Amino acid sequence: MGWPAVVTSREDRIVNGGVNIALILVAVVSVFPLMFVVSASLTPYSEILRNGGYVVIPREFTFDAYRSLFAEPAIPRALGVTAFITIVGTALNMVLTMLLAYPLSIRNLPGRGFILFAVLFTMLFNAGMIPTFLVVQATGLVDSIWSLIIPNAVWVFNLLVMKTFFERLPQELFESARIDGAGEFRILVRIVLPLSVPVLLTLTLFYGVGHWNEFMQAILYIRDDSLYPLQVVIHNLLARAQSSQNLEAAVPTVTLQMAAIVVAAAPMIAVYPFIQKHFQKGVTLGSVKG
Amino acid sequence: MSAQATATVDQSASQRRRRTTGGGTPTRWERFRRSRFWRYRALYLMMAPALIWFVVYRYAPMAGLVIAFKDYNLGLGIMDSPWADPWFKYFRQFYESPYFGQLLTNTALISVYKIFWGTVPSIFLALLLYECRLTWMRRWVQTLSYMPHFLSWVIIFGIALAFLSPSTGLVNRWLDGVDLGPIAFLTSTDWFRSVLVGTDMWKDLGWGAIIYFAAMMGIDQEHYEAARVDGAGRLRQIWHITLPGIRSVIILLFVLKLGQILEAGFEHVYVFYNPQVYPVGDIIDTWVFRTGLEDLNFSLAAAVGMFKSVIGLGLVLIANRLARRWDGQLW
Repeated sequence: MGWPAVVTSREDRIVNGGVNIALILVAVVSVFPLMFVVSASLTPYSEILRNGGYVVIPREFTFDAYRSLFAEPAIPRALGVTAFITIVGTALNMVLTMLLAYPLSIRNLPGRGFILFAVLFTMLFNAGMIPTFLVVQATGLVDSIWSLIIPNAVWVFNLLVMKTFFERLPQELFESARIDGAGEFRILVRIVLPLSVPVLLTLTLFYGVGHWNEFMQAILYIRDDSLYPLQVVIHNLLARAQSSQNLEAAVPTVTLQMAAIVVAAAPMIAVYPFIQKHFQKGVTLGSVKG
Repeated sequence: MSAQATATVDQSASQRRRRTTGGGTPTRWERFRRSRFWRYRALYLMMAPALIWFVVYRYAPMAGLVIAFKDYNLGLGIMDSPWADPWFKYFRQFYESPYFGQLLTNTALISVYKIFWGTVPSIFLALLLYECRLTWMRRWVQTLSYMPHFLSWVIIFGIALAFLSPSTGLVNRWLDGVDLGPIAFLTSTDWFRSVLVGTDMWKDLGWGAIIYFAAMMGIDQEHYEAARVDGAGRLRQIWHITLPGIRSVIILLFVLKLGQILEAGFEHVYVFYNPQVYPVGDIIDTWVFRTGLEDLNFSLAAAVGMFKSVIGLGLVLIANRLARRWDGQLW
């Protein structure tokens, strides 16, 4: 970042020290809760019982909680549902978003202003939960896995990020391709998309995380519990256990709960280090007005 | 249909011939073929799937809002259900119910707390990152502090249970140790909002800092050099250069967030709350959900939802106008 290597005064040293200590504190606060949950999920029941609650570092580890978690048929099934909506849903999101973002990035498209306004307006005003539910019901999606994918198929924010990115590509490339007789689909696939890999990656991740964490649409549109995604199954597990207040009654499920949280968070945490810089890029892209 | 189409094609073919020989007025079809719209047909075709989606899943529900003015009956459907008498029956019912004040208070309070605790700590973190002279440390802290943003509310609820559960939670074991007894944070009306605000802050502390940090990076370094020449120390530079330098971004984001004040976070509250904390935690969205989809009182729920959307639209428009004004003044 090119700060000049100035001589450090006493104030500089104090500020640097304070800043570094505070930042370490922030890092610990961000990470400790998850580490604690992981360690709680690995603690044997007997130790929790002896301590009267979760411990930070257990004396011995056991994978019993994970074993009994996966023994419940609901968990593998919910993982399947979540995997399906993450893969299929993200693919559908990306195709629809690209197909709308590219035409809207062409400035002299007749009707562009109107379409853009109509799309943006849905960000300012939405009909709300109940009328949307009625439409989802009328289109036959209630109690179907597609109700987790289709009612949220395009996110306006992601659309705007992609459109802004496309607009900044060198337009002369498209012009010369058009003069050479290339159709718009060919321009999109052969020229625009290869030049947009960073933004495509970022938005794929945004959509993917959204699907992996899917909760709200499931509680709105799904009654059949064999179609529940992972987050809903885990929420039910947590809510059920929360109602029992005394320790003895809760013990069989407390480590199970923690294991369930780890399972739901694990894929996110595992891929996170590789993808975080793309997310950051996405935010700064989105903050630029289109 | 197909015969008609062939006829049109024939016709246009003959007219193209005629045009090349320079005679006759162009038909509507031909004018269309020569218009800008026809030139861009591939692009319209490309947009069609997403636009149809917008019409069905974003605009059709707006038409469905009509049930707020009807006595909606599941058996009769939207069209055949009788009109409510008077038309504002459900709006009045909501206005006169005890929920009205409670829901508005809860929604606004939770939002305002979230705005405050989602802004000030993030600015502070951005400052720390900006002042950090160790690049590797800054990178690490950025990476680690963004991470909670990607966890779902369900996961964060689970983490909250690990700390706050009255029977097994870590915090309650500490409180037990100092004889403050277990506190049922998640079922206590005294603590519930604080739990919401605290978890929201944990989730988005780092994520919220990104934008302030980016704004700080855009400050002209010459200001700092000039300040150093004038003998200003680090803290004075922060106070007189860094913070004023991002003032417009802070105000802009604050105003935009205020416009969203009726969005207190449906999923967050729904995941965390329980009947014991309805008096302090129930927000408009969660109440609409229960009234509509659990009690099946669709008309009342739709009316309340519409009330929220209309007020929300007004607030967002005012916020955007204010933001633009600030923008104009400060840049």
